[in-house]
Amino acid sequence: MTQKITAHDVNVFYGEKQAIRQVSIDIDQEDVTAFIGPSGCGKSTFLRTLNRMNDTVASARVEGDIRLDGEDIYSKDMDVVQLRARVGMVFQKPNPFPKSIYENVAYGPRIHGLASGKSEMDAIVEQSLTRAGLWAEVKDRLSDSGTALSGGQQQRLCIARAIAVDPEVILMDEPCSALDPIATARIEELIHDLRGRYAIVIVTHNMQQAARVSQKTAFFHLGELVEYGDTNDIFTNPREPRTTDYITGRYG
Amino acid sequence: MSLGALFFVVAALGLIAWFVARARAVAFRTGRRERFSALPGHHGAFVALWTMLPPLIFLAIWWFTSPALVTDAVIGTAAAANLPPPGFERAAILSEARNLSRGEAFGAFHDLSELLAPAYAAAQSRYDWIATALAALLAFAGFAFAYARVRPTFAARSQVERIVMVLLLLASLIAILTTVGIVASLVFESARFFSIVPVTDFLFGTHWSPQVIDPRDPGASLGAVPLFWGTFFIGAVIAMAVAIPFGLMSAIYLTQYARPSTRRWMKPVLEVLAGVPTVVYGYFAALTVAPAVRDFAVSIGVSWASSESALAAGLVMGVMIIPFVSSMADDSLAAVPNSMRDGSLAMGATPSETIRKVLVPAALPGIVGGVLLAVSRAIGETMIVVMAASGVAQLTLNPFASTTTVTKQIVDLLTGEAEFDSAKTLAAFALGLTLFVVTLLLNIFALIVVKRYREAYD
Repeated sequence: MTQKITAHDVNVFYGEKQAIRQVSIDIDQEDVTAFIGPSGCGKSTFLRTLNRMNDTVASARVEGDIRLDGEDIYSKDMDVVQLRARVGMVFQKPNPFPKSIYENVAYGPRIHGLASGKSEMDAIVEQSLTRAGLWAEVKDRLSDSGTALSGGQQQRLCIARAIAVDPEVILMDEPCSALDPIATARIEELIHDLRGRYAIVIVTHNMQQAARVSQKTAFFHLGELVEYGDTNDIFTNPREPRTTDYITGRYG
Repeated sequence: MSLGALFFVVAALGLIAWFVARARAVAFRTGRRERFSALPGHHGAFVALWTMLPPLIFLAIWWFTSPALVTDAVIGTAAAANLPPPGFERAAILSEARNLSRGEAFGAFHDLSELLAPAYAAAQSRYDWIATALAALLAFAGFAFAYARVRPTFAARSQVERIVMVLLLLASLIAILTTVGIVASLVFESARFFSIVPVTDFLFGTHWSPQVIDPRDPGASLGAVPLFWGTFFIGAVIAMAVAIPFGLMSAIYLTQYARPSTRRWMKPVLEVLAGVPTVVYGYFAALTVAPAVRDFAVSIGVSWASSESALAAGLVMGVMIIPFVSSMADDSLAAVPNSMRDGSLAMGATPSETIRKVLVPAALPGIVGGVLLAVSRAIGETMIVVMAASGVAQLTLNPFASTTTVTKQIVDLLTGEAEFDSAKTLAAFALGLTLFVVTLLLNIFALIVVKRYREAYD
């Protein structure tokens, strides 16, 4: 199995405070990887190091070695624009731009110059929306505002937007925490469908969701990676007592 | 007693009422352990307000009406039979008599005013006594009414709250009523102007030269189009050409690029610009920018360039407006949720792409609203154009030519020794009314735009 992302001895600091301690992890190309752990354990922070979104926080500082296909993403030669085109992201709260549905999806391809001409762009938009399972619902109203969709549709639009630049990895930061159970189920189905085409890393505070959608699970606690392994093993036969405590609901 | 003294007496009565009512409330509380709906202080405040407010309201009305009553009384005396018929002279004599009776004048120009002065003093003291008596009566009536209600079960607290609410309402109504009064006076004087000059001549005429008005056809030289154009050209074109780009860019820098430490000193410094008195900008425009603009114009071959050019006034006005545009744009950009910015950056957009394609479009209604408010400030701005713009009204597109604005002309029309009833002076009010209507519409429109946008993210 190929390793898409390898992280080694990663530390993250916010000013004086250390948010991530000595985390090393390999993310598989073919799998969905879930990050679980109690609030404030650093799982989202670590996720954001993988596409350098922590750069937008002035006080954040990242140490260690993170490689995408063997390339150091924190090296001086790494172009952040290219990195983020290869590693897409979906956020906790759906954040479509206040533009039309079409323009939301076309935003990335335009920036990166992926389409030459209207028909190519149309094709990208249709394909992305189809993959995100939204095409059937919106194909007749592509010019409506993206913000007019329901919460679940907005989140699928954000996934379509991420897919449109043809990334290799998709990071999802608690993508269902603002959605109702039905919309959540649709997103989970979608994650199943996308598996294999993209390496997917999903942060969730919902352990059932991690068990449902992922093949690998990493358990974070107090900024440390406590345990990482096959999802089945983590949930049925954890090695670490802290993992057991968390999974059986003793804290969290 | 004079009105001022009465005011203090009423205040003293209120204080006494407060103590009396409070003492009574304290008395019925002592020795009882039940819950009371009001503290003794509330009973005191309730009675004090009832004691003071009726006489105070009466005195406020009296203050406006009593001079007329006194004058009427004086006119009714035998000595007043020799007064000239109503007009300027009669008013002057009466006014002199009043000043004499108060000891504010040192001698009389008119024999008649000396005669009338004692009558004035007598009438004044008679009416002062009436005022004192009425005020005292009202104070005691109010006190009696309120004091009778001081009982353990009386909810003085909520009553006081209600009275306070009404007082606050009145305070806020004063600003609104003043605006109404301003509009009314503008409309009144403008109506007089438009009875001399046809509305169409004023609004659509293209020739403005109030110095030379033909009495047979005053409208011919009071066409305000060159003024409207000059105002628009200086305030909305040249000033905005400076203020919009610089204001917007500084807002973008401050919200998106500046480190917190930079922002901490740069934003207040920018806001200081807004606190500079406009007359100081006026000096700067007239003494520094205007000569520089003229020299520049001459150097590029415009030999006839005016030293009171539209460009100089407009540039300085634009600088004055920068902090205004900047702070409105700053607010609008800050109101765009951070998740928009993160979403765009996560797509691999650069910060400047994010600003151009996501943040500014999302904040655009707020920015447009801010710009409209800035325009309405710029076209109402007076001091800079009074000092730096010329008085020559012409329809021109050349920024080096001299142009004038509505506000500058209002000042010119109202200074000097023209008689008040002339078309020339009254034109100032018509200009003021037009300016008021235009800025009012701009403000309303801007507020609607801003409001609609605010709702989008809530």
